[in-house]
Amino acid sequence: MAQIPESLQKVRFYQTGTLTVGNRLLDAEHRSVQATLDRSNSLDSGHRACQGCGEALGARFAIDAAMRATDNRLIAANATGCLEVFTTPYPETAWSVPWIHSLFGNAAAVGAGIAAAMKAKGRKDVRVIAQGGDGGTTDIGFGCLSGMFDRNDDVLYICYNNEAYMNTGVQRSSATPGAARTATTMPVGKDPGNAFNTGKSVPLIAMAHLIPYVATASVHDLHDLEHKVTKAMGVRGSRYIEIFVPCPLGWGSKPSDTVKIARLAVECGLFPLIEAEHGEITGVTKIRSKTPVADYLKLQRRFAHVLKPDNAHQLEQLQAIADRNISRFNLVDDQGGQE
Amino acid sequence: MLKQVEGSHAVAEAVALCRPEVISAYPITPQTHIVEDLGTMVKAGGIENCEFLLVESEFGALSACIGSSAAGARSYTATSSQGMLFMMEAVYNASGMGLPIVMTVGNRAIGAPINIWNDWGDAMSARDAGWIQLFVESNQQAVDVHIQAFKLAEQLSLPVMVCMDGFILTHSYSRVDIPEQEQVDAFLPAFEPRQVLDPAVPVSMGAMVGPEAFTEVRYLAHHKQMEALELIPEQAAAFQQIFGRDSGGLTKSFECEGAETVVVTMGSVIGTMKEVLAGMRADGISIGALAVRSFRPFPKDTLRACLQNAKRVIVFEKCLAVGMGGILAMNLRMALKDFPIRVHSAIGGLGGRPITRANLRRMFEKGIRDEMEEPHFHDIQMDIVERELERERAQRRSGSIAENILQDVGVVAAAKTI
Repeated sequence: MAQIPESLQKVRFYQTGTLTVGNRLLDAEHRSVQATLDRSNSLDSGHRACQGCGEALGARFAIDAAMRATDNRLIAANATGCLEVFTTPYPETAWSVPWIHSLFGNAAAVGAGIAAAMKAKGRKDVRVIAQGGDGGTTDIGFGCLSGMFDRNDDVLYICYNNEAYMNTGVQRSSATPGAARTATTMPVGKDPGNAFNTGKSVPLIAMAHLIPYVATASVHDLHDLEHKVTKAMGVRGSRYIEIFVPCPLGWGSKPSDTVKIARLAVECGLFPLIEAEHGEITGVTKIRSKTPVADYLKLQRRFAHVLKPDNAHQLEQLQAIADRNISRFNLVDDQGGQE
Repeated sequence: MLKQVEGSHAVAEAVALCRPEVISAYPITPQTHIVEDLGTMVKAGGIENCEFLLVESEFGALSACIGSSAAGARSYTATSSQGMLFMMEAVYNASGMGLPIVMTVGNRAIGAPINIWNDWGDAMSARDAGWIQLFVESNQQAVDVHIQAFKLAEQLSLPVMVCMDGFILTHSYSRVDIPEQEQVDAFLPAFEPRQVLDPAVPVSMGAMVGPEAFTEVRYLAHHKQMEALELIPEQAAAFQQIFGRDSGGLTKSFECEGAETVVVTMGSVIGTMKEVLAGMRADGISIGALAVRSFRPFPKDTLRACLQNAKRVIVFEKCLAVGMGGILAMNLRMALKDFPIRVHSAIGGLGGRPITRANLRRMFEKGIRDEMEEPHFHDIQMDIVERELERERAQRRSGSIAENILQDVGVVAAAKTI
């Protein structure tokens, strides 16, 4: 057995043939929250997410990690969306944290209100998470989110980014990538799918608010996700984590490929994993094995047209975006990122 | 303690006496002075254990109150006009979730055309939202009704709007008796929520409800408002015992018993009316007035009891259901539907048009002669209307109504004559 790692960033154990970090090879302190007997099961079984739902996986790990970090003193505010609908069909709930759903566009403000109430009541031990999908975060909830960042309210906002409005039937959001097929950006006409040079990066916008902590994470690296949530809960003030969560239904991918697709999105450079504090980037997850974007795209029907010869320009554009991310965030070491 | 203060300041003092725990603030005329004064009080340490949130919009303002109220904190905000519309989704959400938030509405017209002056368009836009809506006549009542509003909201687990006429009340200085803290504490107990976000007892709030239970949820919302019909007078009586003032309640009669004609209205205009009606009674006319203080719930039975012997009712209101007519009048007609009482509907004071004693008396006299149009637009200048209609008949591209009319009246028209 190798030497005990100093931090999770340096963990480099792999099980044979996979990139999964095996819990059994880690010391107890670094094992996943899910490996512990006293895990909170915050998002419990019985909910109605689709098979292979990346959002359910991400939320389960994120909230359980936050529960551990706060000694189970957590309140969550949830935007309208898949996560809300599949977890709380009346009269059932899959949540074992105190949880409130108000509206589509106000989760950040509701979270800010809860945090204010806790402060007024002198309950500094109770922490707050607000969460929503990309539509509820980058579009309709954006004003309230920016307000929360601006005031530096003591709330961790988690965006589960599946790059479209899935709950309403897969429509484009401002997190939908170029060329992607959605119900409102169909693969028809000269430039099929979503238009390029549109959309926004909310992690970078969050950084521009100079809030204490911003990070991106992906459901293919759940240890990293747990680490970032835990780190975020150790900080006071506004924090933002965006988690990349593939959606088999919306993306036209196999439920069994959710984790693989999430990994490829990171490994090709389209979804960089970064951390930032007070507006400065403090860490990036290096790409282990640089992958062409085509490998990522080919597992998803929403990009099927991109791989046709007629649309080679779209493939080039997506590759250029990935390459730009790689150089901008220095995602590949000089040696090519390989170890 | 007697003070000569601005209405907004008086309301801020009243809210502070209620020991709010979370206040969210966003500026919009004419409610702004209220939250400004509360902000100063919180910052100066005048309100203990209170968080003051400077939010990015009215939608954020009420949404923050939804979060704080759900977390068990006594929560307050204020708005007006466009702000009410901007937060409307949260307005319905707060009542749907049964969160006892208190919100002042400094009543102001809704645009376009943009208009900062008083009418009730904002409050009326939320009349079906499930909030309790209390209208006040004076700044003293504004103070008293805010104190009652927190108690009412928390007893029923329903949000309450206190509606006060913008500028006429919010910006006017008058003598107001600001209660003592001990009095307010004796009247208003600490907030004990029916439901609360608490890590010790985790619950899910805001679940999706489908056809199997939505009707029952809506019925219960209505039922609670019917309960409020009992509770509002009880609270007004309890308030009078401690504070010695007749404030609040469902309605207020001003010599309407035995009167042939009764004027029904809400808000501050009753002050002007009382003077006009006193003059008319002195001239031998049998006329009284009734102020509706609780618009939601609408006190149908109380109004029936008060008005059953009247020959005619003149409803005067500062709002209009476009394409239909008077809103208060519609509600009142429903209350009086099986009584042989003529109900005239007069709409006036829109966008802050002055309501004078002289024009009120002319309107009342027309009503008494049963010569009112349906609905009657009080003090309307039909020549301006006709000129615009003529322009529209004359040419297709006739331009914007608001700008055209400004060419005909006001400073632009005056400048043309120089």
